Amino acid sequence: MSTTVSEARPSAPGFLSEVLYLSRRYPLGVAGALIMVTFVLCAIFADYVAPLDPFSTNARSSLAKPSEVNLLGADMMGRDVLSRIIHGARVSLAVAVGATVLGSGIGAAVGLACGYLGGWFDLIVQRVTEVMDALPLLVMALVITASLGPSLRNTIIAIAIPLVPHVARVIRSNVLALREMPFVEAAKATGMSEMRIAVVHVLPNTLAPLIVLATAQLGSTILTEASLSFLGLGVPEPYPSWGRMLSESAAEYVRTAPWLVIFPGLAISLVVFGSNLTGDALRDALDPRQHD
Amino acid sequence: MAPVLEVSGLSTVFHTRRGLVRAVQDVSFAVNAGETLAIVGESGCGKTITALSLMRLVPMPPGEIAAGSVKVDGTDLLKLSDNEMREMRGSKIAMIFQEPMTALNPLLTVGNQIEEMVVLHDKCSREVARKRAVEMLHHVRIPEPDRRAREYPHQLSGGMRQRAMIAMALACRPKVLVADEPTTALDVTIQAQILDLIGDLQREFGTAVVLITHDLGVVAETAKRVVVMYAGRKVEEAPVEEIFARPYHPYMQGLMNSIPRVGSARGLDVAPDERLQEISGIVPPLNDLPPGCAFEPRCTKADARCKTQRPELATKAPDHIAACWLA
Amino acid sequence: MLSYLIRRLLLMALTLFGVSIVIFLLLRIVPGNIADILFDSAGLIDPAEKAKIVADLGLDLSIYQQYTQWIGGLLQGDLGYSYVSEKPVIEEIAPRIPITAQLAVMALIFSVVMGVPLGVISAVRQNTPLDYLLRITSLSGLSMPSFWLGLLILMACVHFFGTIPIYDRNPPTFWAWLAMMAVPAAAVGFRSSALIMRLTRSAMLEVLRHDFVRTARSKGLSERAVTYNHALRNALLPVVTIIGIEVAFLFGGLIVTETVFNIPGVARFLVEAIRWRDYPMVQNLVMFTATILVLINLIVDLIYMVIDPRIRYSE
Repeated sequence: MSTTVSEARPSAPGFLSEVLYLSRRYPLGVAGALIMVTFVLCAIFADYVAPLDPFSTNARSSLAKPSEVNLLGADMMGRDVLSRIIHGARVSLAVAVGATVLGSGIGAAVGLACGYLGGWFDLIVQRVTEVMDALPLLVMALVITASLGPSLRNTIIAIAIPLVPHVARVIRSNVLALREMPFVEAAKATGMSEMRIAVVHVLPNTLAPLIVLATAQLGSTILTEASLSFLGLGVPEPYPSWGRMLSESAAEYVRTAPWLVIFPGLAISLVVFGSNLTGDALRDALDPRQHD
Repeated sequence: MAPVLEVSGLSTVFHTRRGLVRAVQDVSFAVNAGETLAIVGESGCGKTITALSLMRLVPMPPGEIAAGSVKVDGTDLLKLSDNEMREMRGSKIAMIFQEPMTALNPLLTVGNQIEEMVVLHDKCSREVARKRAVEMLHHVRIPEPDRRAREYPHQLSGGMRQRAMIAMALACRPKVLVADEPTTALDVTIQAQILDLIGDLQREFGTAVVLITHDLGVVAETAKRVVVMYAGRKVEEAPVEEIFARPYHPYMQGLMNSIPRVGSARGLDVAPDERLQEISGIVPPLNDLPPGCAFEPRCTKADARCKTQRPELATKAPDHIAACWLA
Repeated sequence: MLSYLIRRLLLMALTLFGVSIVIFLLLRIVPGNIADILFDSAGLIDPAEKAKIVADLGLDLSIYQQYTQWIGGLLQGDLGYSYVSEKPVIEEIAPRIPITAQLAVMALIFSVVMGVPLGVISAVRQNTPLDYLLRITSLSGLSMPSFWLGLLILMACVHFFGTIPIYDRNPPTFWAWLAMMAVPAAAVGFRSSALIMRLTRSAMLEVLRHDFVRTARSKGLSERAVTYNHALRNALLPVVTIIGIEVAFLFGGLIVTETVFNIPGVARFLVEAIRWRDYPMVQNLVMFTATILVLINLIVDLIYMVIDPRIRYSE
C-alpha cells in the first residue's frame, strides 16, 4: 500500500508556479487558453505580425501556391492568405467578443430584472424568449443583418440579439434559485435591504455561471459570424473575414487552389476549439460539485 | 455448525488526493445461518464500506480491498474472479440499501427488477420468473402483488418500496443478507413492520443477516450479536444482552448513555432528572488517524497510554471482547 | 393529457403569432424595399415606373395594412406572391420542402446513430485513451464550421472521385439517391452527432453515479446489462429532449450545406430570398420554419411524457 501525496497548491504562488499548477490540473484548459492568447495577440499586433499587407492586390501572384513569399499561398487577387488570416483574427475576435459581451451583458441585466421584478415584465420576457426560441439562430441573424445592411457594427448587433434571451433565461433561473437559498433569507433576517442583498449576495453568485455561459457562447458567435460572412451577409469589404474568404473561394477553387479553402477554415476551427477547451475547463473549475 | 459468513482481517482503503483513507481496518466477525449480527457505529466509522466490501461493490479505482477474507459457505469471495463474484451476488449474498427510492430503477417496473434477477440466477423463463416475482411480493406482505408488480417504484409508498427491495434481494434465497440501514429512511411505525418482516423471512429461509445501523433500538429488537465499530476498526463484540448489560468500551458506553430513557431500561440505572449525555468531539479523519487509541480525544477516561498505544481487542468477559486499556 | 395538449397548442399559436410580428417588423426596420434594390442596382430611376411597381406590390399601404393583408391571407392558405418571380409563394416553396426534409431526416438519423453509441462507449471507458480520442474528435466536430466541413468533403470528392456530387432531381435508383444525399447529410449531421455524443456521455456519467446502478450490480447483473438495461435507459431521457433543440441548429447547418453543395432546398432558398428582400417569400419561409420547429418541440415533449413513467403515471 502506498501513500499518495496530494497535489497541493503552491503556498507562495508566483505567476509561473500558478500556471504550472493549473496546467497539471486542467491540461486541456490551459492548452485552449494558450491557443486563444495566440490568436488575441495576432489580432492586437496584426500589423506587426503579418508579413505582407492583407489589402494589397497583386495580379502576378494571383492564386499563387504556398511558397516562401506567400507562406500560405495567395488568393485570386494576389493577396497574401497568411496576412489576411492574421488580420482576419482581429475582425472575427472583435465581432465575437463584442457580440458576446453585448448579448451577455444585456441578457444578464434582463435576467436579473426578471428574477427580481417578476410580474408582467417577467411574463412578457418569457413570451418573447419563446418566440425567439422558435427561430433558428442563423435565420434570425440573417434577417437582422439583411434588414440593417451588412456592416461590422450590424453584424455584432445581429449576433448579439439572439444571445440575449438565452442568457436572460439562465440568469433568471439562477436568480430565482438564489433568492430561495437560506443565506439570502438569513441576510433578510438581519435586516439587509433587497437592493443590498441583490448586489452583495445574489450578483456575485450569478457571475460564475455567467462567465461560463459567456465563454461557451464565444465559440458559437465566432461560428455564426463565419457563417454570415460566408453567405455574404456578414462582415463586408474591406475587412478581411475568415468566413468571407471561404465564400469567395468556395466551390470554384476547390479543385485549383485548395489552400484557399483549408487555411481560413482551419483558423476558424482552431479558435473555436481553443475557446471550447477553455470554456470546458472553466466550467469544471467553477463547478461546486468537486468530487475527490 | 460452521458459520455461514466468516469475515477475517478485512481491510479496505481508498487512494484519494488527500492521502490514503483507511476506511476499514482488520475487521473480523462471523454469522451463523438464521442469525442476525448488528454492526453499529456513527456515520464515518466504516460500517457501510464494510458492507460494500462484503459484496465487493467498493468502487475499485479509488478503493481497494487491501487484505482479509470473506468466506460464504467456505468460499472466499475476495479470491474469486469478477465473473465468479457476479454469480455469487444475488444468489449467495445479497444487499438491501438505505434509501429505497433511489435504489430502484425509476424506469423499470418493480416486477421487472425482481424478474431479471430470477432469470439471471435460476436460468428460467420470463413467465416462471414473473410468477416468482409476484410470489415474492406476496411473501413480503405487499397487498395486490399482481398489480404492484406492474407498477413503477414512484407509485409505491416508502415502506412498500423497501419491502420490494427485500423481495428482490431474497428472491434467489441467498445465504447472507447485508442490510445497510434498511429502516433509517422510514417512519417509525413502518420501521417496526420492516424489521419484523426481515425477522420472519430470516426464520423461514434461514438467512444470515448482517444489519448495519446506528440505532441501538433497532439492534435491541433484532440482533443476536453486536459488533461496535469506530474509525474503521472493531472496538467491541458480544451477544446483544451481554453488551447492553455491560458495555466495556467507553464509546459503547457513551452510546448507551446518550439514549434518552423514560424510567430505567435494561440493565442501566438512569435517574429521572439526569441530563442527556453526549459524546463530545467528532470522529477523526480516516486519512490522519492518531497513533494511539482512535477514541482517545473524546474519551473521558483516557490516560497517557491511550494516547500513544493503540489497544488490541482483548477478552473482558466470556464471549465478550473489547479494545480498551482501561475496561 | 388532453388538456395539456390543448394548452400547448394554444401557446404554440400565440408564439407563432409573435414570430409573425417579429419577422414582419424586422424586415421593415430599415427603409428600402425590393423596388429600391431593383431600381437602384439597375440604374433606372424613373419615378413613375417605380411608383407603379410599388403600388402593384402593395408597398404603398401602411405597415398595419400590409401585415393584416399577409396574415389574413396566411390563415386562408394564400401565401401571396413572390416579388422576384411573381409566382405564388406556395409554388416556389412546395417542391423544395421535400428535398430539405430528406436531408434533415437523414442528418438526424446519422447524428443519433453515431452520437449515442459513441457517447456510451466514451462514458463506460471514461478517461481511457479511447475516451480522450472520442472527446477530442467530438470537440473538433463542434469547432468546425459546417460549411467548411462541406467544402473539405467537396475537396475530398474531387480528389478521390474526380468530381463533385451534382444534385440530380430524379436519381435513377435508390442507391443513387442515397449516395447523393448521404454526403451532404453527413456534413450537416456531423456537428449534431458531436453534440449528441457529448451529451450522451455526460448523461451516462451522471446516471452511472446513481444508487440504482449499484443495486443492479449487487444483483449480480453483468456490466453490459447494467450499462444498457439500466443506465442507458435513464441517460436517454435528457438526450431525447435535446433532439428538439438540436433541430433548430440543424437548420442553420442545412442553410450553409445546401449552399455549398448547390442543393435546391428550402433552406438555401431562404438565403436567396433574404438577399433579394423578397418579403413575401422570406416572411412565409420563416413562418414555415418556426411552425415546424415549434411542432417538433411539442412532439418531443409528448414523447418524453410517454417514455418517462414518472410523468405517465403521476399520482
